[in-house]
Amino acid sequence: MSAVLVSTTINDDAVQFACPPEESLLSVLRNRLGLIGAKEGCSTGDCGACSVTLDGRLVCSCLVLGVEAQGREIATIEGMAVDGKLHPLQENFIDHAALQCGICTPGFLMAARVLLERNPDPTESEIRYALAGNLCRCTGYDKIVHAVQASAKEMRKLDKKKSPRKKA
Amino acid sequence: MGNDPSYTNQKFKVIGSRVQRPDGVDKVTGRARYGADYNAPGQLVGLFLRSPHAHARILKISTSRAEKLSGVKAIITSADLPDLTNGDNAARDILENCMARGRALYDGHAVAAVAAVDEQTAKKALKLIKVTYEVLPHVTDVDEAMKPEAPVIHEDMYTAGIEPRPTKPSNLYNVAEFGHGDVEAGFAEADLIVEKSYKTEQTHQGYIEPHACVASVNPDGTGELWVTTQGHFTYRSVCASLLGMDIAKLKVTSSEIGGGFGGKTHVWIEPITLALSRKANRPVKAVMSREEVFRASGPTSSTSIDIKIGAKKDGTVTAAFAALRYQGGAFRGAIPGMPWAMIGAMTSFACYNLANVKSVGYDVVVNRPKVAAYRAPSAPMIAFAVESTMDMVAKELGMDPVDFRIRNAAREGTRACYGPVYGPIGIGATLEAVKNHPHMRARLKKNQGRGMACGFWFNFGGQTCTDLNIATDGSVTLTVGTIDVGGSRASLSLIAAEELGIPYEQVKAHIADTGSLGHNDTTEGSRGTFSSGMAAIFAARQAIGVLRERAAIMWNIPVEDVAWEAGSAKAIGSKHRKLKPLSLAEIAAASPTTGGPIAGHNESVPDNAGVSFASHICDVEVDPETGGTRVIRYTVVQDAGKAIHPTYVEGQMQGGAAQGIGWALNEEYIYGEDGRLQNPGFLDYRIPVCSDLPFIDTQILEIPNPNHPYGVRGVGETSIVPPLAAIGNAISNAVGVRMNHVPMSPPRILKALEQLDAT
Repeated sequence: MSAVLVSTTINDDAVQFACPPEESLLSVLRNRLGLIGAKEGCSTGDCGACSVTLDGRLVCSCLVLGVEAQGREIATIEGMAVDGKLHPLQENFIDHAALQCGICTPGFLMAARVLLERNPDPTESEIRYALAGNLCRCTGYDKIVHAVQASAKEMRKLDKKKSPRKKA
Repeated sequence: MGNDPSYTNQKFKVIGSRVQRPDGVDKVTGRARYGADYNAPGQLVGLFLRSPHAHARILKISTSRAEKLSGVKAIITSADLPDLTNGDNAARDILENCMARGRALYDGHAVAAVAAVDEQTAKKALKLIKVTYEVLPHVTDVDEAMKPEAPVIHEDMYTAGIEPRPTKPSNLYNVAEFGHGDVEAGFAEADLIVEKSYKTEQTHQGYIEPHACVASVNPDGTGELWVTTQGHFTYRSVCASLLGMDIAKLKVTSSEIGGGFGGKTHVWIEPITLALSRKANRPVKAVMSREEVFRASGPTSSTSIDIKIGAKKDGTVTAAFAALRYQGGAFRGAIPGMPWAMIGAMTSFACYNLANVKSVGYDVVVNRPKVAAYRAPSAPMIAFAVESTMDMVAKELGMDPVDFRIRNAAREGTRACYGPVYGPIGIGATLEAVKNHPHMRARLKKNQGRGMACGFWFNFGGQTCTDLNIATDGSVTLTVGTIDVGGSRASLSLIAAEELGIPYEQVKAHIADTGSLGHNDTTEGSRGTFSSGMAAIFAARQAIGVLRERAAIMWNIPVEDVAWEAGSAKAIGSKHRKLKPLSLAEIAAASPTTGGPIAGHNESVPDNAGVSFASHICDVEVDPETGGTRVIRYTVVQDAGKAIHPTYVEGQMQGGAAQGIGWALNEEYIYGEDGRLQNPGFLDYRIPVCSDLPFIDTQILEIPNPNHPYGVRGVGETSIVPPLAAIGNAISNAVGVRMNHVPMSPPRILKALEQLDAT
């Protein structure tokens, strides 16, 4: 089948690509755009290693078609550090040794970022369920949960500094 | 000093600190390149056609229609792979496993491979290949395979290890016995004997990264392979010998590895991808799908085990016996001379000091994928059986299970069940730590129970070759040939920094390709930090020798008058009083005019990796309505010898425990009556997810290994050994059922509860 031309936004950059209608977004990112941070662990939506956001929503890019990106906003792990500065989650994943082999790490970081955007102060249990769609075989998740907890705390502090609440 | 591996009890400056790993930023930003992230210009896509039958004769493979499809550049069947293995059974098994030769031996066995311009074309070509099979009777269960009426998988397989040699072929390919003393006399002495039989189902390593490689073979016979592997030097020699290439003419570059746990110590798609490239005369990239990973790579053995333990009323075990039946898939064990049941038998009673002990390992072939190493391979299953039975004995004796184990624990001087006499070991210390751990005193609620269990792993040294190069600005490149699976580049950099007396940040560790170093054995047997660490120590000490020589030249004094202290050369003796110390950076800056680059090098085969022991404590809650079991608290106590990077040691302990928990409760290969794998995906083969687990507490003990300058023992594997039994014991204490079949999944627990109610 002939390729379809798609215009989209990836990590705030305007991007155009052509792909057959049956090609997954994951394949487009990896094989056409050189964005290899999203990984293929299963291609059935079970492992979360290919997690990206589509208009702010966490998705498995192996279950999204490339053509569905038309006119949408995609964020991938490659856009998480801004101006050479790591996101607090990225810092804490390194500090807490929340990765061993690291293949699942981009997916976990994307999922954790979406969690903290929606819930800045999650309980341990909320973190565990929010990350239950991402498989890690190395760490037993212990240090991942600790890294997310530490990041949440740090980000709440940063947030307070940015917008100090006035006392009523 | 020099190359003496003896433990020295030195004071450390940087060893034991929790530094950041050098590959951390790459891995959190998506820049790290794993197996599937490599591409070569002009590459083709390689795909495999796999047998849908568990056992079948391949009558004909017709590739003519596929060959005519536009865009297909090469097709490989076993006809393209002459047998160059020259009587080497292990190599022949690898060749046949990579591509079926006349017979498909399991569901998923590769029968042909295609290289085409793109994935769609390659997929179409696979559909156009016509294979004519004659389906044969199959057997997938280890006990069934041993029965006289079972279909014999290999007509030329006569059991080794028994006298006289059998007159008929069978699926039992090896019998191995270990032990000492007189078990019959020991059982006669016992006041109490407990016997129990167990089964464990097959599990997969479950690395998140599927096997992937890019192969490029040139018409002149040279080639390159970019691949995810635990041992690129091993992959190089295996691939070269199977394909008739000179080892030195094949350059293998290892990618970052997305988990291995033993599954990436063996070749799967790599030799065939090289063969495709050779035939197509183009680079070929092949990546396994998840389904292929489950059907055709990895798994560990499923097992069937009998245990008999006798004890006196005072708690002394008088005799212990184990019979282990392990299936290795359709082939003999992957480690020549060490089949899987044999390894299991060796580890069986390794935690205990026994006067009379006997373990017999029966290695069996079935129509399943070729079994690969999985973290402390063969040990978790036998530990499940032994440690469950130990708890039963303790219960019948009315003894605390920890006290019972302490009473019988192996110690320095104990003859291990597999032969050697132990040096200083940590089993007793881990048990004492468990006894005193606050976890043991925490309150339990209804349907909750606590269990504990012990585990052992040998650890391994192996061939190692390492370079250390000092740049003119004083920064240091450490080049190792052992793959970094979980952070060893940080640990090895710490070691080089410790020896040279410089900050950790001044050292950068790299994994060399096979063209840049001598042979290194695979990263297996928990050897990475032990062996490459030892080689890094010796390479650094050699470099210090050179640094002293260069300082002597700079000062124009005899080298004997130069000492190395805290990262600087110091002139010794009152006559050199005026000479100020020269830092490593100063000596390095002068190196172009004092003799050229400064380097150290080491090649060695460090032995005595130091056996490792762990004791785990586990609390579970069982839902009597569903049979579902939840781990609510978990503690790992393990002897690390010396933790180079304690955080990463904890990570190994936690990761192994989590894999063991998955094995204990969920994970299982399910084969249908047709011999096909029914759950080749993460949805139906369920590994633990974040919401399944609690935090996993760790306690690192440090009982130095006398055969390493810092006392290091391997730490990667032991933690997967105790969880199966710890959980089984906890379930027994929670709801009163003794589970003897792993995984202890909800249906099995419900059934056991129903049987309990019925009695």
